[in-house]
Amino acid sequence: MDKVFVFIGGILGIIFTAWFFFGKKDEAVQARSESPEKAEVDILVKGGYQPSTVQIKKNKITTFNFTRQDENSCLEDVILSEFKIKRFLPLGKTVSFEIKPEKTGTFDFSCGMGMFHGKLIVKD
Amino acid sequence: MKTLKKTYSLKGMHCASCVRVIERALKKVDGVLDANVNYASEKAIVTIEERVKDDDILNSVSSVGYQALLANNTSDEEENKEKQKDLVSLRNKVAVSLFFGAIITWGSFPGLSNYAPDLFKNFFFQLLLATPVQFWAGLAFYKATIPALKNRTANMDTLVAIGTSVAYFYSVFVTFFPAILQKFQIEAMPYFDVASVVIGLILLGRFLEAKAKGQTSQAIKKLIGLQAKTARVVRDGKEIDVPIQDVVVGDLIRVRPGEKIPVDGIVTEGDSSIDESMVTGESIPVEKTIKDIVIGATLNKSGTFLYKATKVGSETMLSQIIKLVQEAQGSKAPIQRLADVISSYFVPVVIILSILTFVVWYVFGPTPALVFAILNSIAVLIIACPCAMGLATPTAIMVGTGIGAENGILIKDAQSLEIAHKVNTIIFDKTGTLTHGTPKVTDIVKVQSSKFKIQSDSEILRLAASLEKGSEHSLAEAIVKDAENKKITLDKIDKFKAVPGHGVEGFLKMDKVILGNRKMMEREKVNFKDSEEQIEKLETEGKTVMMIAVKNELIGLIAVADTIKDSAKEAIQILNKMRIQTIMITGDNMRTADAIARSLGISKILADVLPQDKENEVRKIQSQGKVVAMVGDGINDAPALAAADVGIAMGSGTDVAIEAADITLINHDLKSVVKAIILSKKTMRTIKLNLFWAFGYNIILIPVAMGALYPFSGILLNPIFASFAMATSSVSVVTNSLLLKRAKINV
Repeated sequence: MDKVFVFIGGILGIIFTAWFFFGKKDEAVQARSESPEKAEVDILVKGGYQPSTVQIKKNKITTFNFTRQDENSCLEDVILSEFKIKRFLPLGKTVSFEIKPEKTGTFDFSCGMGMFHGKLIVKD
Repeated sequence: MKTLKKTYSLKGMHCASCVRVIERALKKVDGVLDANVNYASEKAIVTIEERVKDDDILNSVSSVGYQALLANNTSDEEENKEKQKDLVSLRNKVAVSLFFGAIITWGSFPGLSNYAPDLFKNFFFQLLLATPVQFWAGLAFYKATIPALKNRTANMDTLVAIGTSVAYFYSVFVTFFPAILQKFQIEAMPYFDVASVVIGLILLGRFLEAKAKGQTSQAIKKLIGLQAKTARVVRDGKEIDVPIQDVVVGDLIRVRPGEKIPVDGIVTEGDSSIDESMVTGESIPVEKTIKDIVIGATLNKSGTFLYKATKVGSETMLSQIIKLVQEAQGSKAPIQRLADVISSYFVPVVIILSILTFVVWYVFGPTPALVFAILNSIAVLIIACPCAMGLATPTAIMVGTGIGAENGILIKDAQSLEIAHKVNTIIFDKTGTLTHGTPKVTDIVKVQSSKFKIQSDSEILRLAASLEKGSEHSLAEAIVKDAENKKITLDKIDKFKAVPGHGVEGFLKMDKVILGNRKMMEREKVNFKDSEEQIEKLETEGKTVMMIAVKNELIGLIAVADTIKDSAKEAIQILNKMRIQTIMITGDNMRTADAIARSLGISKILADVLPQDKENEVRKIQSQGKVVAMVGDGINDAPALAAADVGIAMGSGTDVAIEAADITLINHDLKSVVKAIILSKKTMRTIKLNLFWAFGYNIILIPVAMGALYPFSGILLNPIFASFAMATSSVSVVTNSLLLKRAKINV
């Protein structure tokens, strides 16, 4: 009898795990517009990137402010490979940098080891 | 007046009204033109005049009760300090958890426990030791897991936190309620050793990994360390030491023997030999004299000289190199994409596999099924190592680009480094790349004359140079320069006249002297038929021949040619041996081009190609399925460099067109092209080995941990061994990348 419970519990556990991690929907957060040419995004680094999907405009200089509050060393670097940016994020401090996306598309940003990912959507 | 925009982080803001207070304080500072404070990001963006110091800003913010920090560019010192602090804390945690873990293991491991003091076998004593390990040393795992789960993501720490928590809480249950388990005929045996030793070993792995990772970025630290701190500037006739940041373009700087050259510039007085190896990778010191370019951060060896600063701050060659290397290290190699995709699904999949392992062992496994199910599912969680996959490519790229920079090979991004190893055809631009780009006198030939007795070559050179002194032709320049180099005193020439397309003429004392080509000689009715054979021979060698005659009698020949760089022949030979096809592209005619190509061993020539057509030629070769590298100076042939799969710019001095190319060689040595290819091959080999190891490790050991071998051989993986394997796996990937440092790319 206990084996049946474990079996059913296990199957439910597997379904729950798959749903929990893969079933989440990211809603893109728009960059704050500071002026017609400039925008800004604040990203909190805590158990991943919050927000993890950011939408910005093509040809608009966008400032990214990353603040790491997670002690996990995996998150200590952030990499925006499309823009050739790699920054060390000291714990509890804000690191800012600007990018000017010149083409539209979806680009990945991630931690140094590629464990945590975020998306950068560039639109016209 | 130059203005700057700077960003500062603010601390201590608690309400939106703080914004106005800080803005007002900032705007009061002399030289601050505008201040914009953002409450949400806790930042101030300040527009200031260049003279305003950071301290003025920081003080004005602190005067109203807040704290400002420079937001951008965390200093390396700060980064180092933080990393050092983390390392010390990690080391303490490793020591404590492994010590406690060892005591618990002694008291509980089958066989070993027979020799242990009774106290060590006591479950409550084991609980006492395991608890600080779990919640103090292992706190970082929980701290990373909880916010990650809130975000519906998981990582390496999630696996360790779940795995060790299951072992710990099961053991706590066993310790307090052994009777319940015994009722189900399960031996009341806690697994505190698993929880503690696993945490200890994984932290040890992390400690070693962090230390090794620090070494992968050593090259960039070395480059930053090259920067001089001060400069001896001549101001108002006095020499004063000023901090490097205060040097401005146009400053005259004095450099003494053994001193570092502070910024880029041009020598205005004196000469010296300079060791540029730290920047260009060229090991032989370079002689510099007036009008020569000197590079900041290089070392003055012998003489004292004065030079004018032409590039300072972020404009200097060293700053550009550092920026480029940093950017390259932030880029991603295409080969990493697969690892990225896999690692983003990896951890949840491992959790699913762990649940599956538990179910299968519990339902179908031998007794005690619960113990087997728990231990094996923990082993699956612990052995999985996504870090190794994540570290495989970036660590090798960091080491690879670093080695490149040390050898004067600047790689723009990881993609260029990756493609370079596939190159099978290299097109070399001729002028300025294979050759020096400036014509030089190569041959001086005396002609037997009945009227004059010419004693030496230098006499011919003296006459020719005296005559050419007034000419502006590039060939004339070569002759005059050669005479200057040989310290030949020139004669005064009267009635100088240039005959366009022919040559020049003039009078030395009373004698008419002419210098020019066949047309010039025919015009002046000078007989040169006896020397025709010699002239043709020189011409087939790709040289331009000029004849010199005095009083209508031919006395000598001077051949001028763009000379081949010393390193060119050797580089082409090595490339031929590596079975990489070499092609020379040039605007010269076929005869001249053929002579040079033949002497170098280049098999294919694209001659008579106009500069604007070079790009098309590159595309034509690519359309034959070749992976093409184009080597040029990066200035005249930028479109061709961009069209090639890998554009390699060879530069000199500080005017290297870094932006134009995928790979920039900051020395004249053509062997650097070979070095770049070898570096790419070695880096790619390291990456592939790393990825093979990282994937292979997980693909083989996760099933073993699940118990795949048990039905055939009875082999199961104890979670302690799993944690040992996991700790060594990521360390070995980083170590393998560091081994790349020993790679020999010198040819």
